[in-house]
Amino acid sequence: MRYAVRWRSRVALGVPAALALLLLVVPLVALLLRADWARIPADLATPTVLPALRLSLTTTSVTAVLCLLLGTPLAWFLARSEHRATSWVRALLTVPLVLPPVVGGVALLMTWGRNGLIGQYLTPFGIQVPFTTVAVVLAETFVAMPYYVLAVEGAMRGLDPRLESVARTLGASDLRYLRTVGIPLVLPGIASGLALAWARALGEFGATITFAGNFPGRTQTLPLLVYVELERDPQVAISISIMLLAVSVLVLGVLRGRWLR
Amino acid sequence: MSAPPSRAPRAPRAPRDVRRTLAPTVATLAATAVLLAGCGSSTPAADGTGQPGKSGASAASLQGTVTVLAAASLTESFDQLKKDFEAAHPGVTVETSYGSSATLVQQVNNGAPASVVALAGTAAATPLDQSMVKDTKTFATNVLEIAVPPSNPGAVASINDLAKPTVKVVLCADTVPCGKAAQATFAKARIVPNVVSKEVDVKATLSKVRLAEADAAVVYHSDVVAAKDAVTGVEIPSQFNTTLSYPVITLSDDAATKAFVAYLLSAEGLSTVQSFGFGAP
Repeated sequence: MRYAVRWRSRVALGVPAALALLLLVVPLVALLLRADWARIPADLATPTVLPALRLSLTTTSVTAVLCLLLGTPLAWFLARSEHRATSWVRALLTVPLVLPPVVGGVALLMTWGRNGLIGQYLTPFGIQVPFTTVAVVLAETFVAMPYYVLAVEGAMRGLDPRLESVARTLGASDLRYLRTVGIPLVLPGIASGLALAWARALGEFGATITFAGNFPGRTQTLPLLVYVELERDPQVAISISIMLLAVSVLVLGVLRGRWLR
Repeated sequence: MSAPPSRAPRAPRAPRDVRRTLAPTVATLAATAVLLAGCGSSTPAADGTGQPGKSGASAASLQGTVTVLAAASLTESFDQLKKDFEAAHPGVTVETSYGSSATLVQQVNNGAPASVVALAGTAAATPLDQSMVKDTKTFATNVLEIAVPPSNPGAVASINDLAKPTVKVVLCADTVPCGKAAQATFAKARIVPNVVSKEVDVKATLSKVRLAEADAAVVYHSDVVAAKDAVTGVEIPSQFNTTLSYPVITLSDDAATKAFVAYLLSAEGLSTVQSFGFGAP
């Protein structure tokens, strides 16, 4: 009797668990099965792929640097502040995480567009952000920065607060404390934050196509190219997808030990 | 990405503090959810005049659902056709979905449930799995037109103005019919425009001009008509222009589907389509 109950509950939990796993894994397997492996090198040599690859690599790298330079100080403020407003800032940061990226793209258009909140003051100087590579970086930073800040803030919160007190009593400024103690100690957190943000930026589609448009070499990143190629030559789209899948797995490998154990 | 941005173990804090940290997050998420729920309410049923109930007392007494996939340029005209047809056949629900013809053909080939596909241009139908096609008829024609914002920041008065490097031009992607047609037109006019973006379908192309982010877009005449005051049209001379014939492709033997196609091809249906700026087949 006891065994029967145990088995029944095993099955009751095991079946949905297996279904969940299948829902996630089967599409990836399907992608791998549909790939024409012999064609992949030739597909990736399609004239449209190289500019998109180059653009994706440069924009995501710039995004990662922006996250590092701007996001690290923000994470530090969030981690050490006990002020009530801090929790609201953190809540605001999570909005781009759950917002549909296309909505982010519309919001960016309303900000940087020709008649946008900020864009209208740039127009007289002949500066137009939409349809430029800068717009791609802005879109990627918009969606990726929250991942970075939340990851690094978490790592910084894990630091022993006494370290900062000691540094302070020894006369170190905030900047010096961060440079010599704080940042070296959270380097693993910064690395995984960067990897996450970079991967999110690499996959960015909705905000980019809405805000930056789609032009080969200038704003057409790899995900946009996958979308367009699917209508021209699905096999090329599959080959690029395989490449992106490989990159994602690689990033997960980098993150291994931090989130997978 | 599967890994959530989880926080590393933090120093113990008072529970009150934790609650304070979480409350605004929850509030913001809830507010976002409300906003998002508001966004997704434009279901096809929202503007349906006909009652899609099962009171089959009408003369035709047709029942069922007709799923229509139509080119983005047909959005306004097919919304109207759907309304009129449902009013005449209360037992039938017409479900419409719009996208670039290239996307629609891909969707049908990959098994999307569709009774009828209406495409921009006969060439768009070539990749369609021919074994599913029951019938093909041409129901409309369309020509290209330049759309500019009402303020006309690029001072575009003719197709030749698109050759100016200062004029930012948005086109459809080369894979979709309006993009192919625009390429053909520019080749005929021997013009190389300053293209800043190639959008995924004609409505996305038009939206860049509606938002005044681009100085000009090459779209269909019907899109300029449908956009009313939001854009101004600049005609393309016929010696450069490209005319597309729109085929309606029947994929189902269902009686309601046949009735819908027959209605589209009737004098009343054709005049509805033509009232949105399309030409006669």
